[in-house]
Amino acid sequence: MELHHKNHHNTYVNSYNTAVEQLQEAQHKGDIAAQISLKPAINFHGGGHLNHTLFWENLAPKSAGGGEPPSGALAKAIDETYGSLGEFQNKVNTALAGIQGSGWAWLVKDKQTGQISIRTYANQDPVVGQFEPLLGIDAWEHAYYLDYQNRKAEYFKAIWEVINWKTVEKRFS
Amino acid sequence: MSHTLPPLPYAYDALEPVISKQIMELHHQKHHQTYVNNLNAALSSQAGATQSNDVPTLISLQQKIRFNGGGHINHSLFWKNLTPPGTPGNDLASAAPSLKEAIVSHWGSEDAFKKAFGAALLGIQGSGWGWLVSTGGPNSRLDITTTKDQDPVSAEDVPVFGVDMWEHAYYLQYLNNKAGYIEGIWNIINWSEAEKRYTAGVENLVKL
Repeated sequence: MELHHKNHHNTYVNSYNTAVEQLQEAQHKGDIAAQISLKPAINFHGGGHLNHTLFWENLAPKSAGGGEPPSGALAKAIDETYGSLGEFQNKVNTALAGIQGSGWAWLVKDKQTGQISIRTYANQDPVVGQFEPLLGIDAWEHAYYLDYQNRKAEYFKAIWEVINWKTVEKRFS
Repeated sequence: MSHTLPPLPYAYDALEPVISKQIMELHHQKHHQTYVNNLNAALSSQAGATQSNDVPTLISLQQKIRFNGGGHINHSLFWKNLTPPGTPGNDLASAAPSLKEAIVSHWGSEDAFKKAFGAALLGIQGSGWGWLVSTGGPNSRLDITTTKDQDPVSAEDVPVFGVDMWEHAYYLQYLNNKAGYIEGIWNIINWSEAEKRYTAGVENLVKL
């Protein structure tokens, strides 16, 4: 957690700030080529900042309610869509295990239909556009390697014990 | 017939202090082995789907074959293009005279090349590899390229040497200090192997 927050997340913040400063400069000069060439850096570092910010908020220590199942409308949506919370968790874990490289798995809400679904995103691609992020799980190796090494399935299984469903419910409503 | 994990050409602790024994064991016995296993599984499914002429399944297997086959190829190349520090193969000038000349003529100096290569490695967004390639065949124009995830280099290019920039390649030892890992890697590059590939191409490391 210390490395992940103070080093990785902080690097995304710093690099995002740098990219935005460069973007402002390019806009000021009317340099369209430079503005376009900054897109990948803004997507990557801005995405890293957004994703990690959402991730910390959707986690909680067990003593503060981490792992306590969702209730209300969200619980109903999960049951209706996936059959049960357990089935939903299995599906997320399968999606996480299928990521080829670095990335994230998200429970998202479709802004048009209101339906929920599981989606994976490469690297630091953020959940933007048609979908709204509800719950994210970081599948980058830096998120688990010191504790679990290559046994990522154990990390995916354990993460549910510290999911803050209260935050996810708030995002859903 | 199925693919098997190739043995390392040195002991698990031979690359210390640059890469720890623990990383090498996990990286070779777990990560590389998993690519081999998943490649075999995908190829076996492919054989079945070919038999039954099941085109949708054949298409859905392509990405698995690319990822796991790439992982098998890339790691097989990587182990061989590393050598314990202080061994003759790690001396660029004596181990790789032709390659050194080509590097200096392209980048101006060995240091300028290393700087450019390091910058390319640091620029990878997510998991991937950095490569020195000879474009279009042996003894050709050198270029630095990166590939994402487990994508292999273009089929027509010769991978002179590669550096694994997945976090599992360095995280237990270097944590988020990627630059430290890159600095260390120069002490274990196998320039003899790189010279061989540059001048004669790469032998098929993953043939059955």
